[in-house]
Amino acid sequence: MLTVKDLNVWFGFPPDRVDAVKAASFAVAPGESFGLVGESGSGKSTILRAIAGLIDTWSGRIEVDGKAVAGRTRDRAFYRTVQMVFQDPYASLHPRHSVDAVLNEALTLQGMDDIDARITRLLEDVGLGRGFRFRYPHQLSGGQRQRVAIARALAAEPRLLLLDEPTSALDVSVQAEILNLLADLRAEHKLTYVMVSHDLAVVAHMCDRLAVMQHGRILEVMTADALRRGAGQQDYTRNLIAASTGYSRS
Amino acid sequence: MTGPLLSVRDLRVAFPTRQGIFEAVRGVSFDLGRERLGVVGESGSGKSMTGRAILGLVRPPGHVTAERLDLDGQPILNLPERQMRRIRGRRISMVMQDPKFSLNPVMTIGDQIIEAYRLHAGGGRDAARQKALDMLEAVQIRDPERVMTTYPHEVSGGMGQRIMIAMMLAPDPEILIADEPTSALDVSVRNEVLNIMDALVKDRGMGLIFISHDLNLVAQFCDRVLIMYAGRIVETLAARDLHHARHPYTQGLLNSLPRLDAPVDRLPVLQRQDNWRDGDPLSESLTTDFPGGL
Amino acid sequence: MSRMTRREWLLSDAPQTRRQARLGAIYQGWLTFRANRLAMFGLVILILLIFMAIFAPWLAPQSPFSQNLAGRLAPPSAEHWLGTDALGRDILSRLIHGSRITLFIVGTVALIAPIIGLFIGTVAGFAGGWTDQVLMRITDIFLAFPKLILALAFVAALGASIGNAVLALALTAWPPYARLARAETLTIRHADYIAAARLQGAGPMRLLIRHIWPLCISSLIVRVALDMAGIILSAAGLGFLGLGAQPPMPEWGAMISDGRTYILDFWWVAAMPGLAIFIVSLAFNLLGDGLRDVLDPKGAKE
Repeated sequence: MLTVKDLNVWFGFPPDRVDAVKAASFAVAPGESFGLVGESGSGKSTILRAIAGLIDTWSGRIEVDGKAVAGRTRDRAFYRTVQMVFQDPYASLHPRHSVDAVLNEALTLQGMDDIDARITRLLEDVGLGRGFRFRYPHQLSGGQRQRVAIARALAAEPRLLLLDEPTSALDVSVQAEILNLLADLRAEHKLTYVMVSHDLAVVAHMCDRLAVMQHGRILEVMTADALRRGAGQQDYTRNLIAASTGYSRS
Repeated sequence: MTGPLLSVRDLRVAFPTRQGIFEAVRGVSFDLGRERLGVVGESGSGKSMTGRAILGLVRPPGHVTAERLDLDGQPILNLPERQMRRIRGRRISMVMQDPKFSLNPVMTIGDQIIEAYRLHAGGGRDAARQKALDMLEAVQIRDPERVMTTYPHEVSGGMGQRIMIAMMLAPDPEILIADEPTSALDVSVRNEVLNIMDALVKDRGMGLIFISHDLNLVAQFCDRVLIMYAGRIVETLAARDLHHARHPYTQGLLNSLPRLDAPVDRLPVLQRQDNWRDGDPLSESLTTDFPGGL
Repeated sequence: MSRMTRREWLLSDAPQTRRQARLGAIYQGWLTFRANRLAMFGLVILILLIFMAIFAPWLAPQSPFSQNLAGRLAPPSAEHWLGTDALGRDILSRLIHGSRITLFIVGTVALIAPIIGLFIGTVAGFAGGWTDQVLMRITDIFLAFPKLILALAFVAALGASIGNAVLALALTAWPPYARLARAETLTIRHADYIAAARLQGAGPMRLLIRHIWPLCISSLIVRVALDMAGIILSAAGLGFLGLGAQPPMPEWGAMISDGRTYILDFWWVAAMPGLAIFIVSLAFNLLGDGLRDVLDPKGAKE
């Protein structure tokens, strides 16, 4: 479904050039859920943005569904295959657009017909009733906003969903709801996920396999079971797992 | 046996809105000794507002009332701003979530700590400078001389948070209120910052109010935990007993967290009940077991 | 539907239709605006001004042009409430008719300048690169000249008339709006919701018009309302210098200019139109302040 090979991403020009991702390679099979974990600045979100076409300073090879993509240009077929959910639901919805306007625009741009019925169905899919259709973002809670953002991503009926820390800005009880929703949607629509998170427990819960990143490099790719066992091959991975299990007085 | 450092009874914070009065904090009562007290709740539970109310930082039109808000037996509720300013910093300090917004971007870190110290303790510049260096060392900054000359944007998040703690500790406060001090930090850095705060409470006999949304972290770090829901404390318990919490809200919060050591197919979702808003709180007692220190 | 439920319907958190949602948003804004007493005062004055302009021929007690040299420079009296000018024309009537000219100038400039500014600023901010450089340097060149001098040069080149004065004012007023719109665009450009719209396949034109403009327009409206006083004064300045409205048009600035000769002995000739300019400028400023509370809560004072 997705193949990333020798991906380098950088920002700025020499001498201020920052290499955010260095020679990253991984592959995600159709229907799989793949995690990218690491601390802030490890380049995990940058990989998602490069795949989505939001960054043009990258080299290497990105293949989606067997087709290679280039630079920042993506055709309409790409957007019907790949969609993204952003970290902060307070920043990813236009403050002046109602839920209706957001979904309407997404559906129109994808050239869908029967928009009215589709909006109703999308809202039902993400667990929001009709009552939410004409609300503005400021009338929604964080969890509801994230549901709208997920509905917007689903509007194009994609097969690959890029999830950039979709629950890190939410309360834990709301996080559980959103994670359950994502799991349901994946089963229902046969979606493939690539999920970025700093929370190892969330990734272990959601993903089959994951890549551990540090300073822009992928240190290792491991299974969720190995993560739960704490069986990292690198010291960094083991330390990260130990630190994540909680605080213990030194 | 001495009295508690801070004693709060029936604290309320109200905001007038278009739909009527909105109470962000609705009758919070607790005592703080020389201990690590965790305050846990979801966004909107009033946990941060409680911290701000104690420091007198609730801005108008917000309105704070309390039956009692005593610091060492002295009432500090709604003191005039001038007197409150003397208490803030010197006797009670606060560390905010994001150091980026709490440090002055156009002053060097050294100057900021020195100024903060002299404002409260007075004294010469050289003495204050020495104190600042000591403080930076106390929060385990390896090269304090160099860090003193840097600007806030030149330091990392973890370093910034340690500097904030150093600054807040310079005047030797009796109480430190930390509002989500580690939420913006990576796990490895988080544990370092917690270690520093832990040592300070132990060595200096400070009282710490640790406000956080992270139940597990609070259970591991603090001595006692208050769980807040909709502006009220619904349960008070010793941190080691957190996993035996009795209130359905506390249990629900704990269960909704995915865990590395216990895989589940589906996360249990919190079913909110109306009687949590006004039902009786489950508390062991209002008073602290540690009035005089750990 | 009774009155009380209509309010509830408007303030509903769960609007059922597009129309209810939009009306509800407007009503919320109106409630915020209404809470600002001074802004309401400004609004009332401006409504009165518009009313005055529409019904000028019926409101004015006398013709603004009919001269009566016998009764020239008469002080305020029962017959001439605000006195008469050097040609014996009733000042009150001239002020009432002049409100049409003032509104015409202000309205036209307020329509042209921000639209030019919005377009140039958002395109520069959104496109970046050399487009940004070229557009912003042009803006800088316009900004480098004092506004009134530049307007004078335009009018001198185009010929003195009220239409050219408006054009000149509009052409000199847009650069600050362009800068403002560009600054707003730069902060919005990298927002997640713009990235999300890109991922839906939205092209640059759609992003600009549907996503960026709505967010820039509110701060521009506030700015325009606050600048309105300056525009009135610039227009009056051009009139005063004889480059705006031509005699015998009762333009307020030109009226002050006429009264200048007699200012020591017959103060009301210059003072009355001055007072009118003052009141209308103040009203626009108060209105702008209230609009800021509604449209741009960040900038509002605590």
